[in-house]
Amino acid sequence: MTQDLRYSALKKTPFHAKTSLASRTNKYYNWNGYTVPTEYSTTELEYTAARNGTSVMDLTPMGKYEIIGDHAHQFVDYLVTRDLSKMKDNTVAYIIWCNEDGKVIDDGTIFKFSSTKFMLCCAVKIYNWLNDSAYGFDVTITDVTDTIAALAIQGPTSCSTLKKFGATDLETLKPFEMREYKIDGSDILISRTGFTGDLGYELWTDPKNAETTWDNIEIAGKELKLRPFGMYALEMTRIEAGFIQTNTDFMAAEDSLRPTRMRSPYEIGMGWLVHLNKNSYFVGKKALKKEKEENTTERCLVGLDIDGDKPAHGSVIYNSKKEDIGIVTAALWSPIMKKNIALASLKRPYGIKIKENIFAEIYHPEELEYRKIWARCKVVKRQFFNPERRNKVPADLYE
Amino acid sequence: MPKNTHDVIVVGAGHNGLTAASYMAKAGLDVVVLEKNDWIGGAAVSRELYPGWKYSNCSYVCSLLRPEIMRDLELYKYGLQIIPYEGSATMMKNGDYYTHYHDHDMTINSIRRHSHKDAEAYERYSRDVLRQCKIIKPLLKMTPPDLTSFKPKDLFGALEFAKHFAAKDELGGLGEKEIYDTIRFYTMSIRDYLEEYFESEITKAHLAGSAIIGTALGPCSPGSAYVLLHHYMGEVDGSVGSWGYARGGMGSITQAMMGCLKDHGGEVKPSSEVTNVITKNGKAIGVATQNGDEYYAKKIVSNLDVKRTFLKITEEKDLPDDFVRSVKNFKIRGSSGKLNIALDGLPDFPCIPEGDPGGGGDMHFTETIEEMEGAYDDWKRGEWSRNPYVDMCIPSKSDPTMAEPGKHYMSVFIQYVPFNLANGGWNEERKQEFGRHIVDCIAEFSPNFKDLINHYEVRTPLELENEVGLTEGNIFQGELTMDQLMFNRPVPGYAQYRTPLKNMYICSSSTHPGGGVMGAPGANAAREVLLDMNVPQKGNYY
Repeated sequence: MTQDLRYSALKKTPFHAKTSLASRTNKYYNWNGYTVPTEYSTTELEYTAARNGTSVMDLTPMGKYEIIGDHAHQFVDYLVTRDLSKMKDNTVAYIIWCNEDGKVIDDGTIFKFSSTKFMLCCAVKIYNWLNDSAYGFDVTITDVTDTIAALAIQGPTSCSTLKKFGATDLETLKPFEMREYKIDGSDILISRTGFTGDLGYELWTDPKNAETTWDNIEIAGKELKLRPFGMYALEMTRIEAGFIQTNTDFMAAEDSLRPTRMRSPYEIGMGWLVHLNKNSYFVGKKALKKEKEENTTERCLVGLDIDGDKPAHGSVIYNSKKEDIGIVTAALWSPIMKKNIALASLKRPYGIKIKENIFAEIYHPEELEYRKIWARCKVVKRQFFNPERRNKVPADLYE
Repeated sequence: MPKNTHDVIVVGAGHNGLTAASYMAKAGLDVVVLEKNDWIGGAAVSRELYPGWKYSNCSYVCSLLRPEIMRDLELYKYGLQIIPYEGSATMMKNGDYYTHYHDHDMTINSIRRHSHKDAEAYERYSRDVLRQCKIIKPLLKMTPPDLTSFKPKDLFGALEFAKHFAAKDELGGLGEKEIYDTIRFYTMSIRDYLEEYFESEITKAHLAGSAIIGTALGPCSPGSAYVLLHHYMGEVDGSVGSWGYARGGMGSITQAMMGCLKDHGGEVKPSSEVTNVITKNGKAIGVATQNGDEYYAKKIVSNLDVKRTFLKITEEKDLPDDFVRSVKNFKIRGSSGKLNIALDGLPDFPCIPEGDPGGGGDMHFTETIEEMEGAYDDWKRGEWSRNPYVDMCIPSKSDPTMAEPGKHYMSVFIQYVPFNLANGGWNEERKQEFGRHIVDCIAEFSPNFKDLINHYEVRTPLELENEVGLTEGNIFQGELTMDQLMFNRPVPGYAQYRTPLKNMYICSSSTHPGGGVMGAPGANAAREVLLDMNVPQKGNYY
């Protein structure tokens, strides 16, 4: 192989040769310093694959950290707000973690292999934070972002696709469980996790297996409506699922230039992940306890169902007196629900106690002019789309 | 009080009947829907006629179903999902092809292979058609005003209609020129319209297809341009003119509607064919079914076409004579047939390059408008077209639920096929002969097609009439020509979903805005019933 000596500001993932071959539009973006496709063909059809067939996405740029050592379990439990003391081996948990002020740094998933081995996956870079936090714990933290290739395989036929690929009995895997497979001589870890709010899996393997894995999955999914999908389509599905995105729906505490932009878990709808009564201490516990006791939470992150069909991108939200009460952080015309939905950060009591008479001011671009739309909003559950098949065991098969 | 008493009876569980029923049930009324078949869905059904394969055996693609209806009735909760398709293609006898894509610029690149001029004319053409679609769109949801009435509702309605034609709000104001264009569009033939833009025969032939599907007009018949508009004004998530498949077949639409209806306390009774409307003192008070049951209600809403509603289940003595005459004169002519095919694998169509998304949606093989008109000439003589126009698609290419992985379901819509076949009419033998003829036509473009066939179902206009109840097998429940559209649909003076018989309404595609799996007639009719009953209505549609 000839080495490419040209200077490249962005790294390529181990799937790049395959993803660039699949790309019909040559549209890429920078994710965590890697170049990955935003769109392969048509976002609409890629989105459809995730809700109708199988969608495949290169997840490699996601931050991945291995935590190994005698204190791994204690350390992880100390790091995050959720009580993980009873977490079982070979399971995955959704987590958030805070700084000392109880402000959210990021959300992510933690994979438990054993009480001495974990893997943490997240959006922001936290190698430094993990190492600083690990003071006094017998753990070794390794940034494995570059050394583990990852794919998201999501959609109603994803289980069938992976079974055909070689993941025997995959339908029995429960949500948030993981299983190690040996497929075609490669060690492949499959977890029933994902960011689309649908039936779906994530696949983790050594970068040397990346290209054959991609090829074999493509072959396996040929009759199962498989399609690679890019970031635009992922954005659509994650909004429908009501999943939050760091630095989109809230500012990561370590990234916020303006201290007032930092958010506590209660302000971004993640209160359910804070276990103040867990036995051990965790980072930010004191501050969060105080916030809860003194009821000083200022904002909330809610789902909005908005009249009309024009997405409320970046809209300011008003009360009936036309007072500014918040902002839309993510908006979408949902193709599957035919609903105009949004995630919005509101100033309490709006969104919590006051759920009606809320309006979005939408600026809809129409051939170099804007149409201003005053649209009524309803506060609804943030998890807009939650199909039964998502958590079904055994998973749906198409055979 | 007699038993079997409800607020509303809906006759016919097709998509408009179920839409109307769901809106009324959501508004709190006690609604029962009576269906003659032992399955529900009318012409929006998925049926397993051969084990392992699901057929959308009548209507086969979805675009027109109003998104507001899907939203109001929360059809996604009951399993409805529309899968957009990527493109379409016309295959040519010389091995060449024409493709049309979801992506505008890809389409332009494709047209350019046939004519550089046409490729650029397509920009102008698509703008002009889109403009007309935008004018029509708000009209779909409106109850047409009665232009002869001085009731405030009608006066305001007429004003509203006129306003939308001038389209000040939607399009920022149209000039005289655009309004003339609108009128031209409603009256021209598609051939004349396309000739104003394009020179290449294949481009014209491909685009003209939408103007003849389902209608007993030819591409040279005045009024066919409007039919094209009717097929374009749908959308899939904001892309106007796009088409898609209902996941699980067209039956998913009516099944989802039934889910919504049941969740709101409504009821559907299959195998309950309504034989007559029961009247008392000139008012409709109930219906009787073939199995001898009687149902009574405050309002009766018919989802049958206008001929069936007034010439079959209603007695002439209950209706004004001029009304009955208008109904008798209503044009509802069968012009299409269908093949539903269970395939063992994906047929090759060597004309279309492998992997070209143009092959993902509808495929055709009519190369010129003249061929299309020739096909129409056969129909005029009472014969099926020797060289037919077909709209064929393989939904299982996109939908994993229609057949097992690797197996495929193919839907072939055929134009033209007469209801009254010359020389003795339809019989089993001639029906099979027609089926074989179509298979042969397709096989000319696909060498392995015949070998892959496991089973196929042949449908002529006769089956459509007998099974679904569409008079003469007309898929739109009445021609979509100016004399039968808007305030003239179904008949002048009765375009507001009410009928001359008090308490009797009509919600079928015979009413404004017409056929196609749109749901708008059903939702509009429900609005009028609710209005008359003083029941508050809410939703995105209204």
